[in-house]
Amino acid sequence: MAASEPQKSAGQVARDRAALFLIERHRFRWPEALPWLIAIACFFVFPDRMTFGGQVLIMVMFAISLDLILGYAGIVTLGHAAFFGIGAYTVGLLIARFGWSEPISSLFAAAVLSALVGFASGWFLLRYRGLTLLMLTLATAIMLQETGNLRSDISGGYDGLPGLTISPLFGYFDYDLYGHVNYLYVLGVLAVVFFFVRRIVYSPFGQALTGIRENVRRMHAIGSPVHRRLVTVYTIAASIAGVAGALFTQTNAYVTLTVFDFDNSAKVMVMLILGGTGRLYGAFLGAVVYMVLEDKLSKLSPTFWQFGIGLLLVLAVLFARRGLLGLVENAGLCLPKRKKP
Amino acid sequence: MSEAALQVRGLNHAFGALPVARDINLALERGARRALIGPNGAGKTTLVNLITGALRPVAGSVLLDGKDITTTSQAERARRGLARTFQINQLFRGLTVLENICMTIGERDGNCNNLWRSAGAKRSVIDEALDHLDALRLTDDALKLVRELPYGRQRLVEIAIALAQKPRVLLLDEPAAGVPSSESHLILDVVAGLDPDIAILIIEHDMDVVFRFAKQITVMVQGAVFTEGTPDEIMNNAEVRAVYLGEEGHQAAQRGGRHG
Repeated sequence: MAASEPQKSAGQVARDRAALFLIERHRFRWPEALPWLIAIACFFVFPDRMTFGGQVLIMVMFAISLDLILGYAGIVTLGHAAFFGIGAYTVGLLIARFGWSEPISSLFAAAVLSALVGFASGWFLLRYRGLTLLMLTLATAIMLQETGNLRSDISGGYDGLPGLTISPLFGYFDYDLYGHVNYLYVLGVLAVVFFFVRRIVYSPFGQALTGIRENVRRMHAIGSPVHRRLVTVYTIAASIAGVAGALFTQTNAYVTLTVFDFDNSAKVMVMLILGGTGRLYGAFLGAVVYMVLEDKLSKLSPTFWQFGIGLLLVLAVLFARRGLLGLVENAGLCLPKRKKP
Repeated sequence: MSEAALQVRGLNHAFGALPVARDINLALERGARRALIGPNGAGKTTLVNLITGALRPVAGSVLLDGKDITTTSQAERARRGLARTFQINQLFRGLTVLENICMTIGERDGNCNNLWRSAGAKRSVIDEALDHLDALRLTDDALKLVRELPYGRQRLVEIAIALAQKPRVLLLDEPAAGVPSSESHLILDVVAGLDPDIAILIIEHDMDVVFRFAKQITVMVQGAVFTEGTPDEIMNNAEVRAVYLGEEGHQAAQRGGRHG
């Protein structure tokens, strides 16, 4: 510091430092560009694996939506596939029953419909916590699945709605066999969704969510409308999961009732925990590692591939409580710091 | 007669067959400095829980500024100016000290309804939070996670959150319990220096503190108000000495009385 500047008291320096932390926390940092650069690089490096790539990005989006409620607000749920399924079937039914195949408007329809279901179910369920909530969310997904099964004349049941034809994107870009257009489309939607989620996480509302996660009792005592906050974030997360589901149907041109499976809810939770909860990019790392492992291991051993995932999860829970991203952050701390002037 | 800031009328509550609040009547005038004392298990913390709405009473009513809040939610009571601290810390342990306070201010002013603006965008909130931390000499710890602080410092954060609510009625449940004496003095100095308009009820076992700080004292025994009065009246009450203060407490009371 230059000597000519008026000397600041030690207290003032500490104040400024603390204030700066909050003011700059939401600013973009360069490492954050990495996942996006890698996603774009993959488009050029693995042109023949773009269908798989699209699937991975969809799971990233699904995991981000779970991170919002599990990682930030601390809501435990085993029924998140319910909203993925609603989104997936919105697109499927719009094409199969109403002949509506325009992709972007279907996405919005899926977002709105799953948000409505999220709002309605969240209003009732979010009075409960812990084990009760776990069971109730699980039951919600199963009930939706069984409703679909009951009216298999509409839903197509477990045989699904096959051979759905999606209209060209923006009425111009046709979906090609190799999924190139689809990959970029999903990546674009993911970027938009991520931008929204990132805003929310760093907003005062996002701060209140972490407060609810850390100590709900104190939140009540400082006057926070906890139920309203939880229902709000649950609705948003449901909507995003619905968009992920919608993209899933558009990517596969096919949807069956298995999207509501408990497996699907559990899978996204494993991805998130593997990657690291409550840290935005954990969803990226977790989903990519899970999907790639699943792909490789199931080729290696079609019957026992889940052992590998299970082992990794056990190791992560035992030795990397903050997930794989937590390990990366630790490694980052070990790097030599730039010297301060 | 001026309207009491907080009034409790005929409050009754029971945990199963055990009555924990029996016909409690209590009033805090504006600017009151009242201490609530009594042996362990007398129902002091339960009374705080009943007043703040963490518990619903079986019978009786609670009035804040003359308005009945008996069925009002805990959060709504807090927004109307009723704040408390907890006997056992209830903090946001995984967040920084500064965030603990900023969030409290955000919930107080309704900023937390905003999903879009960044939490650091309002400089006035951060400055106010830092003022609260300054008052409790926590500025140097502002960026530490609460769980990394020693217990005594965490206790200061507990107080800072309640003060950041800008309450008109403040209930302090053993604020200095388990705190080294250097910091317990700081806590009590800050509490003593608060806006004289705030009505304060303090639960405390340290009789030095009670007799120095309080202008009125309420004694609770077995879920009921045993007696109430000025520090002098309580100190010279033979029955209170028998059920609670004992000889040691009596001496402390006299010391406190002389200081005060």
